[in-house]
Amino acid sequence: MKISFPYMGTSHIVAGYLLENLGHEVIHPPVPSKKTLSLGVQHAPEFACLPFKIVLGTYLEVVEMGAEVLITSGGCGPCRAGYYGEMHKRILHDLGYPVEMIVIEPPLVEPFDFFKKLHRLVKPKGYINLVRVLRVAWAKMQALDDLEKTLHKLRPLVFAKKQLNRIYDEGLEAIRRADSVKEVAVARKDALEAMHSLPADHHYKPLRIGLIGEIYVVLEPFANFDIERILGEMGAYVHRSIFLTNWIRDNVLAHGEKDIRAAAVPFLNEMVGGHGQNSVGEVVRYAAKNFDGVIQLAPFTCIPEIVAKSIMPAASKARGIPVMTLYLDEQTGQGGIETRLEAFLDLLRQKRRKQEAS
Amino acid sequence: MRVGIPRTLSFFTLYPLWKPFFEGLGVDVVVSPESNKALLDEGVRETVNDACVPIKLFHGHVAALKNKVDILFMPRLVSLDGKHTLCPKFLGLPDMVRCSISGLPEIIDFRLDLKKGKLELYRFLYRVGQRFTASRAKIIRAIWLARHNFSRYRKLLLQGLTPQEAFNCLDTGYEPQPEKNMSSIRLAVLGYPYSLYDNYISVGLLEKLKSYGVNVVTPEMVPERELKRMSKNLPKNLFWYYSNRVVWSCMYFLQKQNVDGVIHVTAFGCGPDAMTNKLVELETKYNPRKIPFLTVTIDEHTGEVGVATRVEAFVDLIRRKKGMV
Repeated sequence: MKISFPYMGTSHIVAGYLLENLGHEVIHPPVPSKKTLSLGVQHAPEFACLPFKIVLGTYLEVVEMGAEVLITSGGCGPCRAGYYGEMHKRILHDLGYPVEMIVIEPPLVEPFDFFKKLHRLVKPKGYINLVRVLRVAWAKMQALDDLEKTLHKLRPLVFAKKQLNRIYDEGLEAIRRADSVKEVAVARKDALEAMHSLPADHHYKPLRIGLIGEIYVVLEPFANFDIERILGEMGAYVHRSIFLTNWIRDNVLAHGEKDIRAAAVPFLNEMVGGHGQNSVGEVVRYAAKNFDGVIQLAPFTCIPEIVAKSIMPAASKARGIPVMTLYLDEQTGQGGIETRLEAFLDLLRQKRRKQEAS
Repeated sequence: MRVGIPRTLSFFTLYPLWKPFFEGLGVDVVVSPESNKALLDEGVRETVNDACVPIKLFHGHVAALKNKVDILFMPRLVSLDGKHTLCPKFLGLPDMVRCSISGLPEIIDFRLDLKKGKLELYRFLYRVGQRFTASRAKIIRAIWLARHNFSRYRKLLLQGLTPQEAFNCLDTGYEPQPEKNMSSIRLAVLGYPYSLYDNYISVGLLEKLKSYGVNVVTPEMVPERELKRMSKNLPKNLFWYYSNRVVWSCMYFLQKQNVDGVIHVTAFGCGPDAMTNKLVELETKYNPRKIPFLTVTIDEHTGEVGVATRVEAFVDLIRRKKGMV
């Protein structure tokens, strides 16, 4: 059975490795492109959010490439994303692709169902193999996140920004090829050293921006026009609130993130699903850490983020930190985003200058 | 003391519960005026532009009430059936309102989450009652009145009355006889109570259909028991109370084979409806009788004539299909 999965940020490296080494034939999803999006938009409900459309487009591309089984995550609401597996399946069947969908529900909510599906995936090569593969996959995920964090830190400082991007891409490729924990560690070390060895201005104090919002548009550069690169090249340090490793630790393996939610309580005292409450909580935390500003990314019609957005002005005012919300959909243009980011950074620079003068 | 209840969102589901309850406590109930252009404009001004019309309208209703009452009653509705939550916008509603509108009176926003057990409703009402009176007997009497009135309301809805007719009936005791409509076209009009029964926001859709001589059935007319039965037909149910009721009642009407067409009324940018609408569309498409399906999207710019034209064409199409023209 040919198996495939949705594409999101760097997660495809880990997901691909995991499935391949569990003994499945993997169809690697292509990097999302204009074509992916327009395929998705064509067949998705009009008001489904951008992640739904991009993922549907990816599915349509991989089923054309021969995928028979699609594996994705489930959820139990109230965010819509928990229903996307089921909805995608119905749409694909309606279009005449008889694919099978394996929707992995959160193990803490439906442990029995989780292990049944896990067993099916693990069966070809057994559980001892699973332990080995999981260790390597986790190491890869950590290495990928480390690389990305370093990239964000160095981007505003390094002179040769293109070279930095190239080293980062080569690092990703090296981590993808690694086949043991040791190899991953070597690839990670090489890449980090190469990045640090680039000439940089370490005295420069860049603007510090927190990046919050819905997980897919935050993690997937195609959905957010690679906003981290744009901001980094404009000379700002971007701190992303969501990384794969901490997200998996807090949401899949244990009920974490309690402190972020607690920070949101004075403004939003209810779990509204998705990353709604987190977004508000992160703003409070970034303010406490003296960040210069926060950018909230959300797909158009995303329910939790709309709730968060309407609360944002109050939180931003109370804690004295500027917040800008960017809504992304298939109509969004890169030029528009760049203009708004430039203006936002200008305002933050002025604010900082005023603070330094007084 | 006056308590204000906005005439939108859960109003059409729960008002007959709140009204006798507050009156039993000796509190005056003030309801915001029926939706109109001024209210909506006010709401649009206060709300983030990405919210859906019903949420904007709710802000308008709150703004209309805020200077007329001592306490605003907008409980945080989390779950009404013990299994599914409401749309995330309902969950965050009290916080959204607080952050968007200034100069608000005291707000009662206790959580109503029936996932905690069947008695939670009474515990909730008791907590609310304690805010107004210390007399235990008075609260319990008010709860009893509320419960009685509420179950009568549900029965009236099942008989095919619209919420407005049912409110009148509860107030006056006069039960309107269902009109004997000889027309043989029956349409299921699916949607959330706050968009279907609010004449302003649905641009009078239900009345228009009646004037075309169409029998209309809505999700509120399906018995609870049947909805529960339908919920077993889906491999995975939606997460939201009102959306589930739309999908289940659609399946119920299709299974009973007594509707000639389905109209889904949805608000522009409604998150849950992106899923609901597609589910309903596919249900009608794969029904062996190939039921015609129409989606009517409403927003703050919806014009009466545009909707009328589309609905009229839809009704004509069904007449033709049935060989009535």
